Amino acid sequence: MRQRRRQMLGWALVALLVWLIVYPLTLVLLESVRGADGWTTEFFRQFASRKNEWSALWGSLWISAASVFLAGTIGIPLAFLFARFDFPGRRILSGLVALPAVLPPLVGVIAFLFLYGESGFVSHLVRAVFRLDRPPWRLEGAGAILLVHAYSMYVYFYLFTRAGLARVDGSLLEAAASLGAGRWRTTREVVLPLLRPALTGAALLTFMTSLASFSAPYIFGGGFRVMTTQIVSTRLNGDYSLAMVETAALAALALIGFWVFGRGDRGDVLVATAKGAAPIARRFSSRWTRALTGTAAWVLAVVLLLPHLTLVLVSFVPVGTWTIEAIPPEYSVQNYVALVREPERLRPLLNSLGMATVATLAAVALALAAGILIVRQRVRARGVIETLLALPWAVPGTVFAIAIATAFSVSHPWAGRFLLVGTFWILPLAYLVRSLPITGRGIVAGFRQLDPSLEEAAATLGAGAWRTLVRVTLPLLRPALAAAATLAFVTALGDFVTSIVLYTYDTRPISLEILASLRQSDVGVAAAYGVFLMLASAVVFAVGGERREVGA
Amino acid sequence: MSIESPHVPYASSSFLRLEQLTKRFGGAAAVEDLTLSIDGGEILALLGPSGSGKTTTLRLLAGFEGPDSGRVILEGQDITRVTPVQRRFGMVFQHYALFPHLDVAGNVAFGLRSRDLRGKALAERVGEALRLVDLDGFEERRVSQLSGGQQQRVALARALAPEPRVLLLDEPLSNLDPSLRERTRRELRAMIHRIGITTVLVTHEQEEAFDLGDRVALLADGRLEQVGIPDELYGTPRTPFVAGFVGRSSTLDAIVRRRDDHGIAIEVEGIPWTLASFPREAWNSAVTDRAILVVRPEGVRFVESGPGVLAGEITERRFTGALTLYTMETEGRQTVEVSAHPEAAAVGDRVSVALTGIGAHVFPRAGA
Repeated sequence: MRQRRRQMLGWALVALLVWLIVYPLTLVLLESVRGADGWTTEFFRQFASRKNEWSALWGSLWISAASVFLAGTIGIPLAFLFARFDFPGRRILSGLVALPAVLPPLVGVIAFLFLYGESGFVSHLVRAVFRLDRPPWRLEGAGAILLVHAYSMYVYFYLFTRAGLARVDGSLLEAAASLGAGRWRTTREVVLPLLRPALTGAALLTFMTSLASFSAPYIFGGGFRVMTTQIVSTRLNGDYSLAMVETAALAALALIGFWVFGRGDRGDVLVATAKGAAPIARRFSSRWTRALTGTAAWVLAVVLLLPHLTLVLVSFVPVGTWTIEAIPPEYSVQNYVALVREPERLRPLLNSLGMATVATLAAVALALAAGILIVRQRVRARGVIETLLALPWAVPGTVFAIAIATAFSVSHPWAGRFLLVGTFWILPLAYLVRSLPITGRGIVAGFRQLDPSLEEAAATLGAGAWRTLVRVTLPLLRPALAAAATLAFVTALGDFVTSIVLYTYDTRPISLEILASLRQSDVGVAAAYGVFLMLASAVVFAVGGERREVGA
Repeated sequence: MSIESPHVPYASSSFLRLEQLTKRFGGAAAVEDLTLSIDGGEILALLGPSGSGKTTTLRLLAGFEGPDSGRVILEGQDITRVTPVQRRFGMVFQHYALFPHLDVAGNVAFGLRSRDLRGKALAERVGEALRLVDLDGFEERRVSQLSGGQQQRVALARALAPEPRVLLLDEPLSNLDPSLRERTRRELRAMIHRIGITTVLVTHEQEEAFDLGDRVALLADGRLEQVGIPDELYGTPRTPFVAGFVGRSSTLDAIVRRRDDHGIAIEVEGIPWTLASFPREAWNSAVTDRAILVVRPEGVRFVESGPGVLAGEITERRFTGALTLYTMETEGRQTVEVSAHPEAAAVGDRVSVALTGIGAHVFPRAGA
């Protein structure tokens, strides 16, 4: 009997996840082939016949590929530099190098706008130095998008490569040396092949993130369209069916990318015998090289930190005081005061905090249930549950937003569809689905690392299932829970890509208020919101820091 | 670097020589003033407890570490600053360090390709090296599909294939099952002798060092305690450490009564004993009459009680097969291990022992 109940619970969770994840996506597919009277391929034909659709598809693809290339070109050598060489300031800098990760996408984009935009600090500086009467450049189009992507996504390559290098057994490098292989050959024939899983992982993450990227193309795209922005604008024009086709096309592209990069991960996993210690960092022998590397590293750090500093600086600029000057003439804390004092400014903050809290609590509860059913009860559906939990990761946020907007725009309770669009609940629901891969993977992995004999020990000491869960399991899971929950929370807090599709004025989150403030040229307020999100992300880094620590 | 007589030809005929090597890690000396000579084709075992500096010595030989002072000389050439890449020493690592992304042939070919071998010649040499370790036909196996013993042989083939000038082995047998260890040891020894390659190996197991090494160098705290053939280390230890580390022994407090060309006369708990031979070198600078007697189980025997014998009580009896080991506690609360036939005594018996004339060594008591 208990066995049957356990299996039933497993399948119930599967049903819930299917309803949340697969069902909305299926509805999108159905809507895209349903006309006013029956099935039709008309919208697909429309899609295929329009040149701008193809160029958006192509734009998404090549921007993502180029982002992988750029991020790898920056991140991999940087990881080698920090892992293998010692120079002044190495320790501090190796922490700073990961800083772009604390900027949520939209916040990073507006920081770039303040810094490198037409009226940003850098272009003001260039104008002053070269006495130009016009801005030296426009931060627009594919180049601008790639700049932002390279800045924010090289971190994936950097962190993955560092972690990979830390796992490479130092004696393998010594073995190569004793067999007469020089540094270059050792890197090419030993280190890089061993890093392959880490590198394909970083490439996959970068590719999927670029494909789903919305903030940068939305703000900087100008006439340059990618699929994510194309979908949102088509939908805004009221062309719902075509938007469905576009959404399906982007989802297909994502799945293809997932498949292509995922193949690199198959093969057998090369876990280097991690018995030996990782090699220690080598000091540059020449003083000049040391000084040069040190200087270059500090310059790099400043470049990496500029967006953060810009954001903080701009957040202290009072409304309407900064027009044509190179440097803002006045500073005050009034923007921050406004966030708390003015109900209309406070509203988005409270909205985001509330919706992110609801979504995170639900996601953690679901992930805990999944962890218990998969790892402890080992229900038959465990493979299906894990796949379902990971699925939203392969689907761009815009696709999910459209899918959820479609599924929950009508009230057909018997078909599992409820009217949620326009209510408070639609955004938490979207955040919840999007955060399932984060919480699911983190918490299930936490369960796997938990020694089951601890729970068995509690049982032999007379603790019931509930007391064991509360007094033993959850405290032991705390690090995994904390890391997963904070990451999910902060992601929801700064969400832009799904919010822009699903928000209403009353439920508007921080990101949309940032956008509105920018439109009203309230740059200081926009920056203050940005600083808030940046600090929240920094907390996550601090919580997850110990876990993500890569070898010194 | 030593500056005295830079161009004097290295007088000794030794093939490989370590001269006054010192290596410190953060102030603590891992190897201190170590001088060792190794003949061509010889197998030298570096033996010592953990932290004795044996692995550091091996790494200095391989070139992975540079000494703070001293030199490494190979065939009369100073190679102290020659990089591992240029040194042409083959090394077998403790955990083998096989490249997990390459198959067996790829691993063995790695060093050969450094010698610019390609194509057919390369394949032939790989085959040869694998035949040497009895693994022909394993070319396309993945490293992860091999047993521990096979991995060790691949590591050996990989190190030997490029015909290195010296072979270095870091705890070569420590990762094998005990049942496999002895057989592998014999095969390894036979193979190295067949090839005739100069070999330095590191081990913390005496049996392994004695079995594999033509000579054994015993290290403690970064210093060379004694180097010699196994018989010398066991039979004529030069320091109490050597006597204690090599083989079984008991240590007793003693006082020296007389010391001359004929021998040394000591008293243990008031019982006078005379030993004809003693480590004279150790006593040359000794200023004390306090001594320690290091005695092997076969260095004492049970005797009838009487004058000039040490009396005590048996506290423990251990049957080991050919001989039985008895632990005796003396009246002065010291313990002596005695080997004798299985019926010689029982726990609780009052017994007396005397020296047999072998396996007993008197050293000056340090710090007395």
